[in-house]
Amino acid sequence: MDTIIKAKNLIKNFKSGQAEIRVLKGLDLEIKNGEFVTIIGRSGSGKSTLLYQLSLLDRPTSGEIIFEGLNTQNLADDERTKLRLHELGYVFQDYALVPELTALENVLIPLLMQEMDKKIATEKAIEHLTLVGLGDRINNLPSQLSGGEQQRVSIARAIAHEPKIIFADEPTANLDNETALTIIKIFEELHRQGQTILMVTHEEEYTHFADRTITLFDGVIKEDRKK
Amino acid sequence: MFNKIKNKVLDGGLTSFKVGFFLAIRQIRRTSKWTNALVICIMTLTFLNLIVVNGILVGLIEGAVEAIKTHYIGDVFITSLREKNHIEQAPNIIAYAKNIPAIENISTRYLTNGKIEVDYKIQKKRPTDKGEEVATTFAGIDPDAEQKVSNLANLLIEGEYLEPDDYDKVLVGGMLLRKYLDFDSPSFPVLKNVEIGSKIRVTVGGNSREVTVKGIVKSKVDEIDRRVFFTDTQLRNLIGKPDYGPGEISMRITPGTDPLLVKTLLVKEGFDSLATIQTQDEAEPKFIKDMKKTFSMLGTAISSIGLVVAAITIFIVIFINAITRRKFIGILKGIGIRATAIEWAYVFQAIIYAILGTAIGVAIVFGFLKPYIDANPINFPFADGILVATATDTAIRVVVLMIATLIAGYIPVRLITKQNTLDAILNR
Repeated sequence: MDTIIKAKNLIKNFKSGQAEIRVLKGLDLEIKNGEFVTIIGRSGSGKSTLLYQLSLLDRPTSGEIIFEGLNTQNLADDERTKLRLHELGYVFQDYALVPELTALENVLIPLLMQEMDKKIATEKAIEHLTLVGLGDRINNLPSQLSGGEQQRVSIARAIAHEPKIIFADEPTANLDNETALTIIKIFEELHRQGQTILMVTHEEEYTHFADRTITLFDGVIKEDRKK
Repeated sequence: MFNKIKNKVLDGGLTSFKVGFFLAIRQIRRTSKWTNALVICIMTLTFLNLIVVNGILVGLIEGAVEAIKTHYIGDVFITSLREKNHIEQAPNIIAYAKNIPAIENISTRYLTNGKIEVDYKIQKKRPTDKGEEVATTFAGIDPDAEQKVSNLANLLIEGEYLEPDDYDKVLVGGMLLRKYLDFDSPSFPVLKNVEIGSKIRVTVGGNSREVTVKGIVKSKVDEIDRRVFFTDTQLRNLIGKPDYGPGEISMRITPGTDPLLVKTLLVKEGFDSLATIQTQDEAEPKFIKDMKKTFSMLGTAISSIGLVVAAITIFIVIFINAITRRKFIGILKGIGIRATAIEWAYVFQAIIYAILGTAIGVAIVFGFLKPYIDANPINFPFADGILVATATDTAIRVVVLMIATLIAGYIPVRLITKQNTLDAILNR
């Protein structure tokens, strides 16, 4: 399998008053195309920080992130945004839907930004909302949807533009067990169709759905276990 | 360089514009109605502040100018030469003017100075005691002609207007009476005990006569309010010179005719060697011209301040709007929406709010305020204030307001889109 994303000697420091805290301590990682990888670890181990660096939402203090052979370190903000728009998908812990947009519009907006024809984009958005079981709720605002439904909209938005990789940051953290399982099963199904997924979770039981589980401890990889 | 810019614009520039509009419309539509109403209300008030404050200020002096033109100067104003007491060969001038088709009405005013006394019948304790008296200008008028030119009868606040055959009856200006001018000083005396029907003594030159107050006139024009009006025949008799010439000739011309054309005709006949001939604009008193300049400068200053206030208001509204949506701006950036699209969204919102606020403001100004104030001028002490708001001035202010909105809408959202995407998403 080809490598889709690679981190080399990744370091991330945060300032806390006068002190500087090193959250990621020279981390090396490689994700292969089509893999479903979960990252676990205790609170403060650097799971989410690692995800933010890999997903180009943040810039590491040092080290390199190479996406499909492209070193992203020197990319300008606009170029990183463009890369996120076309190649990456995001599912956030708190769903991160725009409250003024309906489910359909939330999914539609990245497609329109990709200069897709509005009619085609709308069809595609409806198709993906239907795929996550929300075909009948497309005109609902996020405030009119349950947590699980909002997270499914978030997944539909993440996959509609057919990204190379989906980053999910504790997507089930705010959901009850039953709903959480539904969400994980959607990820499992996407993975079965060949989608690369990198998911941070603090619930070990969901690691069973993944090909590979990386355990972080104090900013370094403690364990990298394949199924 | 040009191609680089062109490519940048074409490379997603139009898409950012469209996506920005898409977001703006939805954000406005789905924001609470009260919030939208509040923002639009702020925009409307901002616009009104820009138009009305300046308009009233300019209208205040315009009202004074209009009063002078309507009730005193007329459209063309002829006065005696500086070195003369009266207009020479006035009958010739009037005869010629009557043949000019554009001149509709002419009023001839005979002027002289003198004094009026109230308590002249009361025995003075000492011969040196001064009675209740004021110096004033007496104006002899043809009541009908004067009414057609200056609507003098409309300025009556008490009593009745003069009839052409009235004898020993006068109209007294309100500024001569304590009742209508709450101000008295040795250099500016006023009469305390004068009512309709009061007998007063007028003295012109060496001639005195007892007359009855038939009416009291009051306007916002000092030249009228400081005068005592007789019929012209009686004033000329009082002066004792039947050939005494008029001091002022006021002419009313057909609406739409340029007063300058009438003046030119009179000047061509050589009448300017016999009298001073002025259009209404030329005849405006110097203090009015100075006030016009002063108020215009004040108006410009207030408008500029109003514009800065407008820009700051819009900035604050958009900044609060953007800062409360900072997380969602971060999310949009996170999922790949360009910063320019998000910036467009907020600029469009600002522009849409400004357009709606301005449209309501224009409707209020031209649909209600201006017609209402025109019909019911604001009663300022020295003028009937009107609202001056021309279409051109309003259009210029709308354009300036839109430019200010564009800038004031862009800066706050730019400050937020420039921030680190993750910091915005995590609200940290």
